Amino acid sequence: MPGLGTTYGRGGATAAPNDLLNSDAILIMGSNMAENHPVGFQWVIEAKERGTKVLHVDPRFSRTSAVANIWVPLRAGSDILFLGGLIRYVLENNLFFREYVVHYTNASVIIPEDFKDTEDLEGIFSGWNAEKKTYDAKTWLYEGVDSDKRATPEGCHGGHVEEGLDAMPDLSRYHQDLTLQHPRCVFQLLRKHFARYTPEMVERYCGVSKDAFLHAAKTFCTASGPDKTGAICYALGWTQHSSGVQMIRCAAILQLLLGNMGRPGGGILALRGHASIQGSTDVPTLYDILPGYLSMPKFGEESKTLRNYIDKYSSRTGWWHNLDKYIVSLLKAYYGESAQPENEFGFHWLPRVTGDHSHQGYWLDMLDGKMDGLFVMGQNPAVAGPNSGMERRGLGKLKWLVVREMVETETASFWYESPEVKRGELRTEEIPTEVFLLPAAGHAEKDGTFTNTQRLLQWRQKAVAPPGDSRSENWFMYHLGVLLREKAKRDPRPRNAGLLALKWDYTIEGEHREPIAEEILQEINGYTVPNHELVPGFTALKADGSTACGCWIYSGVFPKLGENRANQRAAKGFYGHGWGFAWPSDRRVLYNRASARPDGNPWSERKKLVWWDFESKKWTGLDVPDFTATKPPDYQPPEDAEGDAGLAGDKPFLLHGDGFGWIWVPVGLNDGPLPAHYEPLESPVRNPIYPKRQTNPAAQAKSRPGNEYATSPDARFPFVMTTYRLTEHHTAGGMSRTLSHLAELQPEMFCEISVELAKDLSITPGEWVTIITARGAIEAHALVTPRIQMLTIEGKPVHHVGVPFHWGYSGLVKGDIGNDLIAISEEPNVRIMETKGLLCNVIRGKRAGNLEAIGELRKGLE
Amino acid sequence: MAFTAFLTDATICIGCKACEVACKEWNEVPEDGLVLSGFSYDNTQALGASTWRHVLFLEQPEVAGPQTADTKDPFRWVFLSDVCKHCANAGCLESCPTGAIVRTEVGSVFVQPDVCNGCGYCVVSCPFGVIDKRPEDGRAFKCTFCYDRQKAGLVPACAKACPTQSIQFGDLEELKQRGKNRVQELQDRGYRDARLYDPQETSVGGIHAFFVILGEPEAYNLPPAPQVPTVHLKSAWTSALISAAVLFAIICAAFAV
Repeated sequence: MPGLGTTYGRGGATAAPNDLLNSDAILIMGSNMAENHPVGFQWVIEAKERGTKVLHVDPRFSRTSAVANIWVPLRAGSDILFLGGLIRYVLENNLFFREYVVHYTNASVIIPEDFKDTEDLEGIFSGWNAEKKTYDAKTWLYEGVDSDKRATPEGCHGGHVEEGLDAMPDLSRYHQDLTLQHPRCVFQLLRKHFARYTPEMVERYCGVSKDAFLHAAKTFCTASGPDKTGAICYALGWTQHSSGVQMIRCAAILQLLLGNMGRPGGGILALRGHASIQGSTDVPTLYDILPGYLSMPKFGEESKTLRNYIDKYSSRTGWWHNLDKYIVSLLKAYYGESAQPENEFGFHWLPRVTGDHSHQGYWLDMLDGKMDGLFVMGQNPAVAGPNSGMERRGLGKLKWLVVREMVETETASFWYESPEVKRGELRTEEIPTEVFLLPAAGHAEKDGTFTNTQRLLQWRQKAVAPPGDSRSENWFMYHLGVLLREKAKRDPRPRNAGLLALKWDYTIEGEHREPIAEEILQEINGYTVPNHELVPGFTALKADGSTACGCWIYSGVFPKLGENRANQRAAKGFYGHGWGFAWPSDRRVLYNRASARPDGNPWSERKKLVWWDFESKKWTGLDVPDFTATKPPDYQPPEDAEGDAGLAGDKPFLLHGDGFGWIWVPVGLNDGPLPAHYEPLESPVRNPIYPKRQTNPAAQAKSRPGNEYATSPDARFPFVMTTYRLTEHHTAGGMSRTLSHLAELQPEMFCEISVELAKDLSITPGEWVTIITARGAIEAHALVTPRIQMLTIEGKPVHHVGVPFHWGYSGLVKGDIGNDLIAISEEPNVRIMETKGLLCNVIRGKRAGNLEAIGELRKGLE
Repeated sequence: MAFTAFLTDATICIGCKACEVACKEWNEVPEDGLVLSGFSYDNTQALGASTWRHVLFLEQPEVAGPQTADTKDPFRWVFLSDVCKHCANAGCLESCPTGAIVRTEVGSVFVQPDVCNGCGYCVVSCPFGVIDKRPEDGRAFKCTFCYDRQKAGLVPACAKACPTQSIQFGDLEELKQRGKNRVQELQDRGYRDARLYDPQETSVGGIHAFFVILGEPEAYNLPPAPQVPTVHLKSAWTSALISAAVLFAIICAAFAV
């Protein structure tokens, strides 16, 4: 989550849903919160009952819009125009919270003269390498910072083929102008950058009337100041765009300008759609980060030695100064006794990133025959993957495929049930893939934790034993490790050394020889190596190999034997401390030092959260302070102070080397220090802001046969298509289409179109239509509804087609797969695909009757 | 034991259908058809033998009034979770010839599945169209008010699962008052068409499941003046007796001539 990670320091929701009760306004955008997060939405409903204004900005009128005070329909993919419009509105109307902005953000910091904005270079920032299609971020650094120490993506999501050795720049050496008047200070650059995002531009290209925009802007942007706060909730409606991270950045900038970060009722809630999606990036299932957002070492100079790696990723000032402690403790947890100072704690056994190993990257490799086998666990890519028709063809090129699931999903049955096989395009006997379907235990059948939206670890107990041969993930991974190590022992090749060096001594119990889940949580918490005592938190971790810790941000969850804080069930106070454990250190609202004035007093009585107690000389309040408890508000660091001691007492964003919230991102993003509007990879309009740069220059379309694109605009594909989920189903449907009580609630695939479009195309409600994109064609019932509104863009009508993606070819209810229409593409920072705004056409009738028309439309695609 | 009731509030329902699912899970109610209705997101369509909670999706044009007091939306989409009303004078109970339908100590109307013989008299006697026969089984089923849970001191499954407290459960009189207060509060906040659905002065004699709705009850398939069919008994028997007497008189007259 680099959008929040770069702006504030940590890639996680900054507050908890119940804190929305403290908000004066809630902006929900890029999310259909009522439908996809109905339980968390109870707080929005309750806040609204207490007088909070709820705004929903979304192309569709959904169950969220229905109960919002204000619904603003906008064209899918025009979010940065709208959000940029809000930023401009705040600046032009002097609605920003000056004292907060001056002290807590980098608005005052001066950027060197050689930086050039997109406004100067017609849509690209300085540092663009047209050949490699990447940025060199040197000119984005602050004036005064040694730019020879080149900026490289911090924390996560790089994935270049070879990384040079460039140490982290020392961001504490900045120049600033506290009056915000210097023409090259971030504040003035921001003003210039967004000057053209006017209400008129929003009206013309988002399809939002000027009145509606100004009404929404006024409602949200006045929830700011010492006495008021507003919160923003988003989900995949922002993430899944070719500029998704920059959409989130816009929101993050807005919250800094309004002074809404780290305060009660403020913040940004990154809503997570599954039970432990936050957990899956904390202890990651991603290829480019290690647990606790440590960067995965990349092949090249940076990973030649552990020292190089530490130099590159740790900073002189700020919390990341401690990176050496976290990486060494992680290596000790991985390799135990084998990790010694002499062998750099086993750093060389860690795999190196050599290219794009993201989902999109390796699936294209699979299609090219470069992969032999695949494990699929907790995912159903045959339905959920982008361009899933192409992904199914990829599966058919593997030698072997292991699917661990509670049911036989489409991924496990593609070889005999997929539409390609049914239509005769693929023949079962010609698919070489050997498929192993292994039964998995459900969440009630195993112990463990969920880490939910608000970074809260909650323990869950096994309620019943899994049936038959079904086993937990812990069981599977442990025993797979045992078998692989057995195999490796007989094979002396050097590549097996890391596997053999692993500390793989988990206690197993019971008839199934199940590892003990609490013991794994203890390892994640961390312990001292000599006497195996649990550590009380990450401040106890050391870089000398005397501590081990599986994920430093989770440290403190199991501070002593018998004290599993994820299993706490005695909530106290408004924030519910005593129920579960929120990383880091049970802080419920991140950066909460910002809830006090620079001098340490609360901004106001109504919005007090954490403050400096002048008597006991400590930070105190309603939450665990996200700050060194004894660092006084007037603390000034000595010249050469390092780490947290290098940050002053009024710098709340303690993971950053300068302690600021970053309106401007000097280090860490691959597509610019400020957000700029680019159109989606397929769009009905040309980019109105930068006519010469239609799409995000750093995004990758991955064009190839089978993954083609329409032009922008394209007469063959005139409508904007957006995919989404419904309350009644769970993602790709493996856990809902198989259960009658859920399947019956949304039993068939449908698409949603406006009354006007239905009239234009003579579609009667309920009839079959075929939806066609440059990638594929599917059939669905047409649900004709005023909930999809025709928008006017550049004076012309633009229609949206809503496509839920829950159906597939297995289960109690079946239907065509929405994701067959999506392209494999990569956003530049997280390599996610664009699903929310692409182009399509709609014709009457089922697919089989429309083959000729489909062929005609797709003719001439590259 | 005091009488209990449901208060279901359409103004805070988000249409998630958790009540429908919780009801079916707890009461082991079977699936009710895998058919796309095409009517908004309402594929359940109506209460029946295998649907004891039904979330209605009402799409109305702007003229119907705003959904939220200060909104400028061109239309509204209101959700309401319908359920058995557990009438004070219950048509189903009064028409049941076997005594399978009984009144419980919490005031609810309960169908004893082991006594029901599937005659179906109750089906036509319900003024709300709630109770129905399950074709594959033959017997009649409807909401049990989670009598088993109430006996164990638990809240009915639907109310327990509702994330926004749109479904509230509690003491009958208290909830009725809460409903009235809620409507007053909504009207004060600008929801001019907010009202409590709790028909009085009808032969039903009061219901144990009230609804806070926006606009006319007919739009929610709620009859404005529900009547128990048995109120027609007196006039029906009177007409029958008069007809019989007249017929008898004519016959007598015929023989007398």
